[in-house]
Amino acid sequence: MGKAEPRISVPAPAFRPGDTPGFSRLGLPRPGHHARPDILADAAEIRDLAFGLVGVLDEEANAVGDWAPGLSPEELRAGLKTMVLTREYDNRMLKMQRTKRLSFYMKSLGEEAVAVAATQALDAGDMLFPSYRQQGALIQRGAELVDMMCHCISNSRDNLKGRQLPVHYTRKDLNWFSVSGNLGTQFPQAVGWSMASALKGETAIACSWIGDGTTAEGDFHAAMTLASTYNAPVVLNVVNNQWAISMHNSISGGKAPSFAAKAIGYGIPGIRVDGNDYLAVAAVTRWAAERARGGGGPTLIESYTYRGEAHSTSDDPSKYRPKDEYEAWPLGDPVERLRAHLIKLGEWDGEQHEAWQAECKQAVADAWKEALTYGTLEEGPHAPVPTMFEDVFTAQPWHLRRQRQELGV
Amino acid sequence: MSVDILMPALSPTMEEGTLSKWLKKEGDRIESGDVIAEIETDKATMEVEAVDEGTLARILIPEGTEGVKVNAVIALLAEEGEDTSDVSACEPAANGSAIEAEAPSPPPAPEPAPATMGHNSANLIDPDLPEGTSFTDTAIRDALRDAMAEEMRRDDKVLILGEEVAEYQGAYKVTRELLQEFGAERVIDTPITEHGFAGVGVGLAFGGLKPIVEFMTFNFAMQAIDQIINSAAKTLYMSGGQMGCPIVFRGPNGAAARVGAQHSQDYAPWYGHVPGLKVIAPYDAADAKGLLKAAIRDPNPVVFLEHELLYGESHPVPDLDDYVLPIGKAKIRREGRHVTLTAHSRMVGFALKAAEILAGDGIEAEVIDLRTIRPLDTQTIVESVKKTNRIVTCEEAWRFMGVGAEICATVVNEAFDYLDAPPTRVTQKDVPLPYAGNLEALSLPGTEDIVAAARTVCEGM
Repeated sequence: MGKAEPRISVPAPAFRPGDTPGFSRLGLPRPGHHARPDILADAAEIRDLAFGLVGVLDEEANAVGDWAPGLSPEELRAGLKTMVLTREYDNRMLKMQRTKRLSFYMKSLGEEAVAVAATQALDAGDMLFPSYRQQGALIQRGAELVDMMCHCISNSRDNLKGRQLPVHYTRKDLNWFSVSGNLGTQFPQAVGWSMASALKGETAIACSWIGDGTTAEGDFHAAMTLASTYNAPVVLNVVNNQWAISMHNSISGGKAPSFAAKAIGYGIPGIRVDGNDYLAVAAVTRWAAERARGGGGPTLIESYTYRGEAHSTSDDPSKYRPKDEYEAWPLGDPVERLRAHLIKLGEWDGEQHEAWQAECKQAVADAWKEALTYGTLEEGPHAPVPTMFEDVFTAQPWHLRRQRQELGV
Repeated sequence: MSVDILMPALSPTMEEGTLSKWLKKEGDRIESGDVIAEIETDKATMEVEAVDEGTLARILIPEGTEGVKVNAVIALLAEEGEDTSDVSACEPAANGSAIEAEAPSPPPAPEPAPATMGHNSANLIDPDLPEGTSFTDTAIRDALRDAMAEEMRRDDKVLILGEEVAEYQGAYKVTRELLQEFGAERVIDTPITEHGFAGVGVGLAFGGLKPIVEFMTFNFAMQAIDQIINSAAKTLYMSGGQMGCPIVFRGPNGAAARVGAQHSQDYAPWYGHVPGLKVIAPYDAADAKGLLKAAIRDPNPVVFLEHELLYGESHPVPDLDDYVLPIGKAKIRREGRHVTLTAHSRMVGFALKAAEILAGDGIEAEVIDLRTIRPLDTQTIVESVKKTNRIVTCEEAWRFMGVGAEICATVVNEAFDYLDAPPTRVTQKDVPLPYAGNLEALSLPGTEDIVAAARTVCEGM
């Protein structure tokens, strides 16, 4: 090895296990700081949004500034309820995995608003191309917990017939595309889907999410290029939850000032939003959706948030980040912040919140119990074995019929 | 029936822990969600929550026990109406992993097996040409173009995208005049990102259109292979049949002339390997047209492999309004009784020339144009071998794991007793295709290689 000073460097997070975490270095703008531009504003005119942080809820739980979305108390309550239900669902499913009733799970703790608020801001006919932590969006779209659980344990009611990993929900009826196991493929597909909608003369748009780590995939850059080239009516989200399993976002982000800033080179608006601020996520998504529907083309939204739990049930975050880093996250908890806002509005109270939490807990327990009546992970019943040979092609070819016969089913 | 309560894991790396405290005692009524015990490791403590409801029938691990393995049975729960004294005390599994299996419910009776089926190509028949049908000599690039134009006229959901397909009319002029007829929204130039526009094509298909994605050559589709295989080919299956991907990926495949290893490769075995894809590799203009029309109409993803060196060759194409051929049917291009030659794409021409030469030796070769790689028409191949007793497979790809390997294995399996000689393969040399003309020619298989292989298998005939 030569003796010259190394000229390369591998980024490292500010804090590792044992360190005292702190986020004062982030220097984030205050809620209400940014003006809300016209939905058809020139992308070049609104570059500041890619470096700032759109926020609506301030420390006193007031909705402040231009971006306040004006959601009704009913809409806010619905959003809060969905987030709480999502959290209870996650909690139960983690416990089921820890006791081997489920093989694998991924929680969305701390990121509930990213999925739920965005979905509430979209139309039911808009197609979602999700990533791993948008189960709240699926619940917001009306998925029954029983169905989600049955998929996760591959029992006889699993609509994916035992062919997909847990949490890779797929619901055409709810305009929810499959979760991609190889990360990022859904981004160009969302661009294509949105173009198909436009070419058919329809108004539906597509909305996709990837994580901060996946921005390093070619899919991200290809999707940005193609969305820009064709002015595709698509909302592209990067959920920057700071961590890609154990790799801090500086590994994928490099020297980029933000993930939203990556949009600038493509001539696409890039907006960084406080992902733990339900109102801000709803407002920014609505802006992007209106822009797309109004012919303004794609928007890249970076939801700035923190992954409150492990990446999945397969990793132990205490090995790679401070245990209390989530508590130190300066943007708080999306559920608590929306709860406080609703209480401040006089549209919710602590008692109602506790009652709803208890109701969710019960609903999740009941759903699990019902799910087990359709079979358990280990004992089944699972999808009928002959279905293993179906859906490879739209019509079953002879060699698959033969393989099924050879299996005696 | 009692329910086992298991020692939970606090994290994926936890193997054992201390059962520090029972918060319920035997005989207590338990509601789902009740905290029944506390466990701890050197790192943290955790509450054990009841999943099911019932009566705590037996505590198997007393509180204070250290080193309790994850997933060991720590207690038994009697369900509603069950006498807790009936709950048998099963020993906690020693290694913590064995859970007493309940008797599985009997599986549903298997549906009666259908009558044994042979290969299916018998019901796939090329359309009858009406008497007096005229033919027009057509270059393959124009036959392909006509197929796309006809399908785009027939179905406004069909569109084409790729590099240089619009203004430039295609790098090989296969999309000639399509832009003029169908406009820029159906004939779409793309930036140079095969992975990106293949992904957009897949999204267009999920969105209800029927895209044709042109790769300037299939060599460049290597970048897009994740979208082709992991998304286009697998989504119908993985989505439980909810979402399919009707799409055609097409473009020149195989060796062109003097363009080097990165521009000269036959991908038929690569795509042929994948369940969920159909793979077509035609030889003449009529097949190119009839099969591309079939591919565009097919509800499954289709990889359509053309050949750069064949684009300019002309063959008679029937003058019919709608000439569509079945996918999955090989074509016997020359009948013979001494040796079967199988080939696809450009190799069919070499096989036909070889058959001509062999005829001079008194060897009557039967030439089978595979036309479709997947589903492969093994019926036609096996029946031919039962007649000729010998087979030489011909392909431009490398031998290892090639199309010929699959054919030879099938023939050995299904016509072993008919074989008079070992099945033989003619392929490219096992090197990346060299650039220099002399080396390129030596590397690629041609007529002489087929003749030599056929003579060898026919020795002592």
